[in-house]
Amino acid sequence: MRFFRHWLILALALIVVGVGLTAWKVQFYGYPLLPDQADESWTVQARILLQPGTGPVKATLSLPSTTPALNRLREDFISRGFGLSVQESLYEREAVWTIRRVSGRTALYYRGQFYRDPAQQQFAPLPTYPEIPSLPEPFATAMRAVTDDVRRQSADIASFTTEVLSRINSASPSEEIRLFLNDPEFRDNRLRIARTLLAGARIPTEQINGLFLVDSDRSATPVHWLAVHNQQRWIFFDPNTGRQHLPENLLVWWRGAQPAVAVEGAELAALQWSVRRNEISALDLAEQRAREHDFPLARLSLLDLPVQTQTVYATLLLVPIGALVLVVMRNVVGLRALGTFMPVLIALAFRETGLAAGLVLFALVVTVGLLLRFYLERLRLLLVPRLSAVLTIVVILMVLMSLLSHQLHWDVGLSVGLFPMVILAMVIERLSIIWEERGPWDALMESLGSTLIAVLAFVVMGRPEIQHLVFVFPELLLAVLGLTVLMGRYSGYRLSELIRFRALIRKEP
Amino acid sequence: MFSPWRALKQAGVIGLNARNGRYILEYNDRRRYPLVDDKIRTKGLLSERGIAVPELLDVIRTQYEAGHLHSRLARWEQFVIKPASGSGGDGIVVIAGQRRDYWITASGRLLTLEDLQFHVSGILNGLYSLAGQPDAALIEALVHTDPILRTLAPEGVPDIRVVVFRGVPVMAMIRLPTRRSGGRANLHQGAIGAGIHLATGETLQAVMDQRVIDHHPDSDALISGFRIPDWDQLLELSAQCQEAVGLGYLGVDIVLDVRRGPLVLELNARPGLAIQIANRAGLGRRLEAVERQPDLESADLATRLAWSRELADL
Repeated sequence: MRFFRHWLILALALIVVGVGLTAWKVQFYGYPLLPDQADESWTVQARILLQPGTGPVKATLSLPSTTPALNRLREDFISRGFGLSVQESLYEREAVWTIRRVSGRTALYYRGQFYRDPAQQQFAPLPTYPEIPSLPEPFATAMRAVTDDVRRQSADIASFTTEVLSRINSASPSEEIRLFLNDPEFRDNRLRIARTLLAGARIPTEQINGLFLVDSDRSATPVHWLAVHNQQRWIFFDPNTGRQHLPENLLVWWRGAQPAVAVEGAELAALQWSVRRNEISALDLAEQRAREHDFPLARLSLLDLPVQTQTVYATLLLVPIGALVLVVMRNVVGLRALGTFMPVLIALAFRETGLAAGLVLFALVVTVGLLLRFYLERLRLLLVPRLSAVLTIVVILMVLMSLLSHQLHWDVGLSVGLFPMVILAMVIERLSIIWEERGPWDALMESLGSTLIAVLAFVVMGRPEIQHLVFVFPELLLAVLGLTVLMGRYSGYRLSELIRFRALIRKEP
Repeated sequence: MFSPWRALKQAGVIGLNARNGRYILEYNDRRRYPLVDDKIRTKGLLSERGIAVPELLDVIRTQYEAGHLHSRLARWEQFVIKPASGSGGDGIVVIAGQRRDYWITASGRLLTLEDLQFHVSGILNGLYSLAGQPDAALIEALVHTDPILRTLAPEGVPDIRVVVFRGVPVMAMIRLPTRRSGGRANLHQGAIGAGIHLATGETLQAVMDQRVIDHHPDSDALISGFRIPDWDQLLELSAQCQEAVGLGYLGVDIVLDVRRGPLVLELNARPGLAIQIANRAGLGRRLEAVERQPDLESADLATRLAWSRELADL
C-alpha cells in the first residue's frame, strides 16, 4: 500500500501527457482527429515557352508572393538543362532560369500548391507616399479636377477609391475621365487610370496580378486587382466594379504593372497559366504547418518513415490497443483465454483475412489440427517433437486450404497463410491438453473465450478512427500505458465472478 | 436495486484481481515461490522442520532414468507419479496395484510400462510445469486415507485445504472426490467442497458445482456436521507450513493417512477462491481482521491459532 499513490500518479501522468500532447497537436497544428478529413488545395502552374535565339538565355518569373489567407504547401520547377536560382525577400520572390545555349523551343514550368491558411495575413511592405505624377497637359489638369472633385465627395481613403473607380467605370464618364479613357497610353487599362488618379491624391496603391483558384482552368488569365493602403492596412478593390473586397480564392501571383515574365536572349513564345483544385489530406497540411513552426514532435512523425515501414507501424501500433482490450476482457470481464496474447495475434490475422473468413479458417485449422493431435497422442511422441509435429501439421493444413480454396476460386482462403502458425500450433496443443485433463467443456469454453476476445480486439483495432488516432498521435500509447497500469491495480470483481460466486450472494438477500 | 456486486462486497468475497493484487503480490515474495512450486524442495523443507509429508520414494530427472522405469518401479506395489512443478493436480497418476504387466490406477484403468514411460517423459519435458520448463517426476508413497473419512468420501483421496494468511489460518475446507471427478479432489472437476468451521473442525454445508448439497452423491452420506479428527493439530500444522516457507498468503493441502496421521501433501502460493464457495463466506473480512491485529509479526503460534478460531464466524 506504500506505493498506492505512486502507481496512481504514474498512470494519471501518462494519461495526461498522452492526451495532452494529442490535444496540443490538434489545437495548434490542426492535426485531424478523424481519418480522411480533406482540405482544399490548388495546384497552379505557369508554363513558359521560349523560342531561343543564339546566345545565352535568361528568364525571370515572378513567383506567387504573399496572399492574405492563402499559404504555400510546396512548389517545384521543371527546367531541363537550365540553371535555376530563386531569389526571395520577405514579400517578393522570383525564379531566374539561365542557360548558355539552348536549341529549339523549350518549356519551363513552375508549379505550386496552395491551401487556405487564415493565419497568413501578410501582403506587402508598408508603402511610401507616391509623388504626384507629372503629367502633360491636359492630363494634369484633368487629374487635379477629378481628385479635387472626388475629395469633396468622400470621407476617407476607402470611399475616395470607390468614388474614383465608379467614375472610371461609369457608363457615361465625365469629360476628364473620358480624356484618360481615350488616350492610347491609358486605354483599356482602367487600373492604371485609377492608380494615376489616386497617386494624384498621394494615396499609395499597388497593382495585384493573380489567378482565381477555381476547380479547373487549363488556360487561366491573370486578373488585376487594386490594393490601396489606408494608412493602417491594405484594402482591396475590384478595379472593374469599384467594390471593396478581395475574393478569397484570388491567389496573388505578383505585384506591380510589369509582366510576370521577363526574358532575355529569347522570345517568349507563349505563357500559359493553369489552375487545378485538389483535395489534400488534413493530415498532410497539419504536418506541413507543424514543420514550418518547427514543432519538435513533427519531426518524430511516423509519416516521415518510408511507406513500407509506415504500414508496419500502422499495424504494430494497434497491438497495444488489442492488448488493452485483452486486459479489459480478462481482468474486468473475466473471460478465459488460451495463452496470454494469443487473441491479439489472432485478431491481427483477422485483419488480413476479414472476420468471417478468418473465423472459418481459424476454426477449420484448429479443429482438424486437434483431431490429428489426438491421433498423435497415440503415437506417444515426446513433447518437443510432438509440438514440432503439430506445427508441421498446421503448416500442411494451411497449404492444403490455400490450394483447395484456390481451386474453388474462394480467394479469401489463400490468406490462411497469414495466421501465426506457431500460435496456432500452441493453441492446438494447449486445447488438447485441456481437453484431456479437464474435459471438452473447458476446452470449448477457453477456445470460445479466446475467439470472443480476438473478435472484439479485431473490431476495435479495425475501427478507422482508432487506427488513425494511434498512427497520427502515437503519443496516445502513453495514455494506453497509463490505462493499462490502472487496470493492473484494479482489484474489484471480474464480471464472471458475479456468476461464479452467486451461491454466496443468495445468502444475504 | 439489487446489485450482485454490492452483495458480494458485503459478503466479503474477494475476486481473483483482489487476491492477486492485494494479497499475493503484496505478501508473497517471488523469490520464495520455488520453495512451493518445486514439490521436491517443499518436501525437503518441511521434513527438516519435522512436518510429516508423504514419503518420497524416487525422483526421475532424465530420459535415461525414464527408460529404466521398470526396474525402479518394481520395488513398490503402490505409488503416485507427480510432476515436481505441476499445478492444479495435473499430471498426477495414482497406481493402486499391479497385475502381471499392467499397473492399475486408482480409478481402475490399466496402464502398460510404455504408458507410464510416456507419461513420465511428458513430465520431464515440462508438459505440466507452470512455464513449460523441463521438470522432474517424483514418485511418492500412496496415501491410505484414514477410514474415518471413508464415510464422507467412499473413493479417492479427500484432502483438507487451509488458507493461511500471515501465519493465521483464515479458512478451511475439505475436498471430497466423487465418481464424476474421477477420484480427484478438484472442485472444478466435480469434487465436493465442504467448508470447515475453524474453531470446531466441523464440516459446514457442502457445495458441488456451485450448488449446495447435503449428501454425497455416491454414498448418500450426510456431509455437514462431520467433525474432522485432530482439528487443532491440523491448524497448527498449516501454520507451521507457513512459517517454513515464509509466504504470506498460502494454501496448505493436508491428507489424513491411516498410519502416519496428517501429512502435508503440497503447498500452494496461489490458492484458489473456490474455498469461499465451499464455506459460503468471503475471505475478505477475515483477511482484513488479520491485517488489523496488532503485533502480528511477533505473535506466537498459540496466539495466532487463537485468532484463527475467532475468525470462524466472521
